[in-house]
Amino acid sequence: MLKFDLVVVGGGPAGMAAALRARDCGIKDIIILERAETLGGILEQCIHTGFGLHYFGEELSGPEYAARFIELVEEQKIEYKTDTMVTDISEDKIVTAVNKEDGLLKIQAKAVILAMGCRERPRGALSIAGTRGSGIMTAGTAQKYVNMDGYMPGKKIVILGSGDIGLIMARRMTLEGAEVKMVCELMPYSGGLTRNIVQCLDDFGIPLYLSTTVIATHGTTRLEGVTIAQVDDKLQPIPGTEKYVECDTLMLSVGLIPENELTKNIGISMDRITNGAVVNEMRQTDHEGIFACGNVLHVHDLVDYVTIEAQTAGEGAAKYILGQQVKDPVYVNVTTGNGVRYTVPQMVNIKSKDDIKIYFRVGQIYKNSKVVLTCAGKVVSAKKKVKLAPGEMENVIIPDEILATLKETDEIKVEVAEV
Amino acid sequence: MTERNMTCVACPLGCQLTVTLDGDEIISVVGNTCKRGDAYARSEISCPTRSLTTTVKCEGGLHPVVPVKSSVPVPKDKLLECMKVINSVTVKAPVFVGQVIIHNILGTDAHIVATNNN
Amino acid sequence: MIYDIVVIGAGVTGCMIARALSKYKLNIALLERTNDVAMGASKANSGIVHAGFDAKPGTLKAKMNLRGNELMEDVCRELNVPYKRNGSLVLAFAEEEMATLHELYDRGISNGVAGMSVLNREELLTVEPNIGDDAVGALRAETAGIVCPYSLTIAAAENAVANGVELFRNFEVRAIDFANDIFTLSSADRKIETKYVINAAGLFADEIAAMIGDNSLHITARRGEYYILDKSVGNLVTHTIFQCPSKMGKGILVAPTTHGNLLIGPSAIDIDDKDDVSTTAEGLKEVSTLALKSVPGASTRFAITSFSGNRAHEDKNDFTIEPSSVNGHFINVAGIESPGLTGSPAIAEYVENIMRNLIALQPKENYIATREKPFRYHLATDDERRAVITKNPSYGRIICRCESITEGEIMDAIHAPAGARDVDGVKRRTRAGMGRCQGGFCGSKVVEILARELGIEENAVTKFGASSDILYERTK
Repeated sequence: MLKFDLVVVGGGPAGMAAALRARDCGIKDIIILERAETLGGILEQCIHTGFGLHYFGEELSGPEYAARFIELVEEQKIEYKTDTMVTDISEDKIVTAVNKEDGLLKIQAKAVILAMGCRERPRGALSIAGTRGSGIMTAGTAQKYVNMDGYMPGKKIVILGSGDIGLIMARRMTLEGAEVKMVCELMPYSGGLTRNIVQCLDDFGIPLYLSTTVIATHGTTRLEGVTIAQVDDKLQPIPGTEKYVECDTLMLSVGLIPENELTKNIGISMDRITNGAVVNEMRQTDHEGIFACGNVLHVHDLVDYVTIEAQTAGEGAAKYILGQQVKDPVYVNVTTGNGVRYTVPQMVNIKSKDDIKIYFRVGQIYKNSKVVLTCAGKVVSAKKKVKLAPGEMENVIIPDEILATLKETDEIKVEVAEV
Repeated sequence: MTERNMTCVACPLGCQLTVTLDGDEIISVVGNTCKRGDAYARSEISCPTRSLTTTVKCEGGLHPVVPVKSSVPVPKDKLLECMKVINSVTVKAPVFVGQVIIHNILGTDAHIVATNNN
Repeated sequence: MIYDIVVIGAGVTGCMIARALSKYKLNIALLERTNDVAMGASKANSGIVHAGFDAKPGTLKAKMNLRGNELMEDVCRELNVPYKRNGSLVLAFAEEEMATLHELYDRGISNGVAGMSVLNREELLTVEPNIGDDAVGALRAETAGIVCPYSLTIAAAENAVANGVELFRNFEVRAIDFANDIFTLSSADRKIETKYVINAAGLFADEIAAMIGDNSLHITARRGEYYILDKSVGNLVTHTIFQCPSKMGKGILVAPTTHGNLLIGPSAIDIDDKDDVSTTAEGLKEVSTLALKSVPGASTRFAITSFSGNRAHEDKNDFTIEPSSVNGHFINVAGIESPGLTGSPAIAEYVENIMRNLIALQPKENYIATREKPFRYHLATDDERRAVITKNPSYGRIICRCESITEGEIMDAIHAPAGARDVDGVKRRTRAGMGRCQGGFCGSKVVEILARELGIEENAVTKFGASSDILYERTK
């Protein structure tokens, strides 16, 4: 059995940033296990720009953003194995992985950081009626075919879901000569960034149909068309609004799901809203020494925030390994009030000596509202917001001096209120 | 006098802007909540530019294509023309991040630069 | 060359017949109109090994069901196919349905079914605690089981091919001529000559029979729609849970699969286009609503995919397994709907006996009775894994992360006798792409491996043959 102080599962932006921070905090013995051929994770296929504005203050493409961290991993001589799949993590932190060169690997870790990322919601989860021909794929799969394998996965395209990947692919396919007929969005608003709607759709005259979904697929071998329909406020198709759209490809951009099979197998407590683990301010799960960060914890809209979160987890893991964690922690849950879907972390140790930043998402669009943080019944802050949208992660800070006044029985609450 | 509507992308707010034009001359910008909106509208009218990202055919590498970007944004109306030029080029591996693949594409002052190793 | 026997149709019936006859010194061809075996009803059904209380006493359905149920365990062992005798329960939701249960019980007794009992609600809850509140009792049948229908078909085809049967894919029989005791079967581009024909063409058996002037069959496609639910709810029930049957079939069931998922369905509606395997909003809704009545936890919230398959319903409402009245060398095996999967080993045995009267059946000396067990990473022990990876490192490269399927298993599936030629073929043989992400991550890798192993371009790889292209030309 191999032994490492820290095993990082996943070599994408989260895994790399976590490993690098742990190294900075004094952990020598680290290994990153990555399932793909190279480090970088999903960024390798995200060749568009828009990454790094917050973290590096410049606009990078996905591979460039990843490359900066890959360089540091190499420079710091952090060990990593690619083409290596972790298949199991035991409660006592034995990591089982497999690859062609080493065969079956068993690694005893002192701490584990989970950074497996997320996957796309497939068609099956949507129950779109109709045929099962080829030409129906997730936007991410199409992105890999175009950007990494160099093949056209379609020529006449309908995109369902206006998340950022769907929007980015609308532009990408158009640039490569495909006809993107439309983007349909079930909700009355887009989940994508405004910039992407303007630069990926408006620039090319691609229509975005809100409150519209695909209800059926046609064509027995390759897709030949789809039926779209408008939906009512309960998101149910409205009879009589059906329209046939000829296309050879349906790309789905209908949501991302954290890949938490390993997490669940360990028996770690999960958050039903994020589909990720429940964590404290250091991104430690309810299993001591097992941390989670990045899209496996909750789906982020910006990689910059993934990096920052992973650094917190890396620091937390280092402190755990070095025995520098706050002794006898006292946890208070962070509760979600009006308009707030979830928070990360979900619980905070009130003995922490630093300010704690609580990230959260709202459930719908709010204009001219305020974000209220209440601790032990007292309003700590009420920050005005011109706009809050489900697609954009927000945060509030619990100052350390407030934290120091809290008791185990107190409540911390984040909510949206009218101005 | 003509009017053009656009969505500001300077921040996530997405203000709906209306620009009034007299020929090429901008008479007014309304709908913006900050100065950046005004500036955005003016640049969108006078010379809208966009970053271009795509791939270039690459022989002998791990992948048959290598991702590239324009070093600076190119005029929006030249995006598809630039794609034609880029698609006619083949490079040989190894290619490194930052390597210039096409100099000054279509006289736009933008270079087409590799964004990954291959 | 003139074949002794041509079997038309590589569904479970045709493949099991071809396998049974491959024991003998015969030249056998197995014709399939698509790119793979198990492409019709055999890939899209409930996967149930029925106990045999449904069929009317005295019918071929009843006989084949009972005998098939008896043979299935051994066949699955020989072919290394997952099989489980999990038992079944028919639920009654009202007192008058209890009467139906007793009728089924009596019919089962006439058919010779063993191990049946009628349970009251209390007894029912002790065997299946997650049953719906409205169930008042159930008919339990201990001999019922589950089998993966396409795995059984594929394994039978592999075993048949290993024993010398020639599989012709994409051979759609368009015409049959008969002269000088020889049949000539023509597709659009090929011809095959044979002394005997076994018509196991499923939904199209009537059209095939008509090609020799036999108009005695009339087959209707009866669509059934299903959902597959995630493994996280795979343990909700252990038995196959039926509702009381109607004239359209056995009703909506909730059943564990041999792979650990939960299956709900099928709907039942007669349709005109035999090739139409599309799902419908209405059908899926019916399935999702009715399944909840049996098992409230079997919610389509956990759906990972939905599909539809067409049963080959023949007007006489029974199996037809006999030489055609038009030509005694042409054997119809038609109307094989439920319990066709259960009956398939018995049907093969029955056809073998028909052939015994027509042609000399001399056993082969080198007949291979079993199909070698394919290596399955996710089922192997750590020691087995270490051993195989040392021999072949491809077993150390996991391609499908949801189901832990390795590159080595995919290569095995492609190079097996009657191996996979397309992405869906790999999926049915290995389960790569059958998990939660439905091939989102591994799909492109499977395309790459198929192209490499078959020596074709990636954009020549299809989803399931014909024009089910996945990729068009290179971007540049």
